[in-house]
Amino acid sequence: MSEPASEQVLRVDAYPTHEVGGYRVRAGKPFPFGANVVPGGVSFSVFSDQATSMTLVIYQRGEPEPMAELEFPQEFRTGSVFAMTVFGLDHENIEYGYRADGPYDPVTGHRFDARQVLSDPYARLIAGRDVWGVEPDRSRGYQYRSRVCLQDFDWGDDTPLGIPAEDLVVYETHVRGFTRHPSSQVTAPGTFAGLREKIPYLKELGINCIELLPVFEFDESDNPRTNPETGEQLFDYWGYNTVSFFAPKAGYAATGRYGMQGDEFRTLIKDLHAAGIEVILDVVFNHTAEGNEQGPTISFKGLDNATYYMLTPEGYYFNFSGTGNTVNCNHPVVRNFVLDCLRHWVADYHIDGFRFDLAAILGRSPDGTPLPNPPLLELLAYDPVLRHTKLIAEAWDAGGLYEVGNFPAYGRWAEWNGKYRDTVRSFLKGDPGITGELATRIAGSPDLYSSRGTSASVNFLTAHDGFSLADLVSYNDKHNEANGEGNNDGGNDNASWNCGAEGPTDDPEVNALRLRQMKNALAILFTSQGIPMLLSGDEVARTQQGNNNTYCQDNELSWFDWTQVDENSELLRFTREMIAFRKRHRELRSTSHPTGQLRDTLGLPDISWHGERAWQPDWSAESRLLAVARCGTGDDDVVYAAMNSHWEAHDLELPALPGGRSWHLFADTGAEAPYDIRTPGAELELENAGKYLIGPRSVVILVGRTPDAEL
Amino acid sequence: MTLNVKERRNKAGTVLVATGEINSETSGSLLQTLLPLVREGRPLRIDLTAVTYVSSAGLRTLLVVYREAQHAGVAVTLYGVSEEVRFVMSATGFLDFFSTGEAEAAAAKAAAKTAAKAAR
Repeated sequence: MSEPASEQVLRVDAYPTHEVGGYRVRAGKPFPFGANVVPGGVSFSVFSDQATSMTLVIYQRGEPEPMAELEFPQEFRTGSVFAMTVFGLDHENIEYGYRADGPYDPVTGHRFDARQVLSDPYARLIAGRDVWGVEPDRSRGYQYRSRVCLQDFDWGDDTPLGIPAEDLVVYETHVRGFTRHPSSQVTAPGTFAGLREKIPYLKELGINCIELLPVFEFDESDNPRTNPETGEQLFDYWGYNTVSFFAPKAGYAATGRYGMQGDEFRTLIKDLHAAGIEVILDVVFNHTAEGNEQGPTISFKGLDNATYYMLTPEGYYFNFSGTGNTVNCNHPVVRNFVLDCLRHWVADYHIDGFRFDLAAILGRSPDGTPLPNPPLLELLAYDPVLRHTKLIAEAWDAGGLYEVGNFPAYGRWAEWNGKYRDTVRSFLKGDPGITGELATRIAGSPDLYSSRGTSASVNFLTAHDGFSLADLVSYNDKHNEANGEGNNDGGNDNASWNCGAEGPTDDPEVNALRLRQMKNALAILFTSQGIPMLLSGDEVARTQQGNNNTYCQDNELSWFDWTQVDENSELLRFTREMIAFRKRHRELRSTSHPTGQLRDTLGLPDISWHGERAWQPDWSAESRLLAVARCGTGDDDVVYAAMNSHWEAHDLELPALPGGRSWHLFADTGAEAPYDIRTPGAELELENAGKYLIGPRSVVILVGRTPDAEL
Repeated sequence: MTLNVKERRNKAGTVLVATGEINSETSGSLLQTLLPLVREGRPLRIDLTAVTYVSSAGLRTLLVVYREAQHAGVAVTLYGVSEEVRFVMSATGFLDFFSTGEAEAAAAKAAAKTAAKAAR
């Protein structure tokens, strides 16, 4: 039971010792950085190694001009940290920033400019972009305003779910895009609160982990381009351009205009946890919104440019991120900044894990050289607060460093497996000679992760970046004209196939094949070893009209259209049953790579490969058919999945089953709904025990069990 | 924007009627008014019908009152929460902690209807 509010603790440091600019102050505590409410006032602490002086600038909330400017007395400086407690502030109604004075000498890396008011890198709330899409007043001198907030959310009994990595089914989505479409029917479309109303949908789908595209404060209006077809303003919709790393995006909160985005986001997380769903954040530490020397000065650039950014010997910005600057991640101070930030999200927001955008950059030294033992990656792997969080790397960067399979993992890091995506896509479209690599990928990529286990591989076919699943089977080429870059943006290597017509068509055969191909993709994804990741909307055939780079499209190209839940209920049902099937069969989620060793209980190996003939897989250059049988430890069941990307049907000879077991049909993507898939546990025993005809471009999944066994 | 509070006592407990905004400027005095009432141990109803806005600090104040009431074993009910305030409280999770007297209000409405019918 809490101490009653009346029993206040009296503290000596609740009294001022100095007066600065008409305000009563005292020396603050250097740690923690940021603005923290303390008895009687607010303690401000900021680091700058090269600043000669530092001034705290305070505004009444929303006012263009400051109400106070308080220079830190020299005696309030500890090392390179400026810390001061200011008494009598109404923390809810102020905004604050800093002026840092020091050398302006870009060649040596310093860009101090005391005319600029800088945002606090540790600000836990940011004002200035409170409501999504509202045109900002750019004449205001200080755009992204740091705010003070209490970290006193009542979590109740919320604790980390601790779902084992191998059991995860990840659902990648965009906070705004998930409910912004009018058809979502939520109270506050496009917000954390809106997403919270859709938790029942997620639960019914069966996913147990949601991965959110960036939620740290960014400026959606920092895209200067317009859509050449409509003239409409384009956005920075995805948000891979962080303005402030500790602050949740106000524009994603229905209560952002009241400054309550922190509580709204936490409430969403708390309710997701209550529904058995973990939350992973997509985080961007490789670059910031400050760009290169042409970009704006928001925070780091003016506080300590040479510390925070990788600079060339001439003082220009290295650009391994493709966006203008590169965060100097392995500098000791910046390492701690990243660590503090992640700890904040884990401790104060109960986040379960992180996916690191262009994570290969996190392994580069200050001069850009890839490090053999990057201290930042090691630090994050062993940190006590982050110890049980999921760490997922996008193991490449825009500077050409590609580390899929070689990312310095320290036994902790998983990776987005780009090779899985490319291989399965290639197989699906019918490329020949892929069966060998397909086998490797669906077995958890032992060639890449032999020492790390299958859960080091996050398997995905589609993600926010690239085609949606429906577009993967509807377009041969990207159609990005709406992005205003002459269709030159976005990847060209999509391994997609349109099934016979480019884009929407009335041809029923093409549409039927597309639906089947989507089911094939999902069937392979959810029967592969590794962590499956589903792109939001793929379960209902969400289309981006062939645009494979919708980073700037805040419209129906990006939004989840909830009318498709009914319209594409067949695909949705298929997805739900596939996820349920995966949950039911442990052998699909085994953490160790299969070895082919016999399972004592059934006399079958943990994995076996088959073709048209049982035990005779066809690895030849022309092969487009592969079947795999997995046998679980102690599960006493066998799962057989045959994948045929050939345009012809094939007679399959099924491997014999021991001990009175027989093959039961779970899914056949070549069959008409509702016979395309069944409820796990209610599979239909095959009449012709030893054989099955697999149709053209189809996937068949069977379960080997005793006829009456409810597994 | 100020906040006015009026206290009413009846057999069932104490009713505190608030008018205005509950924010960082007004929540301190509201807390000082509410805490002694909680400690009296009588059921407390906070009538927010005339409250137009509750800020983050205001919501935290109400939650502190709720925690104190829990501590003292006293029932606290919020009453007359406007749609906007209710939405903000719901989105930020604060609503989960409170009884908001809706059931009470519905019962009272039903009773009034019954009484009106009987009077006809």
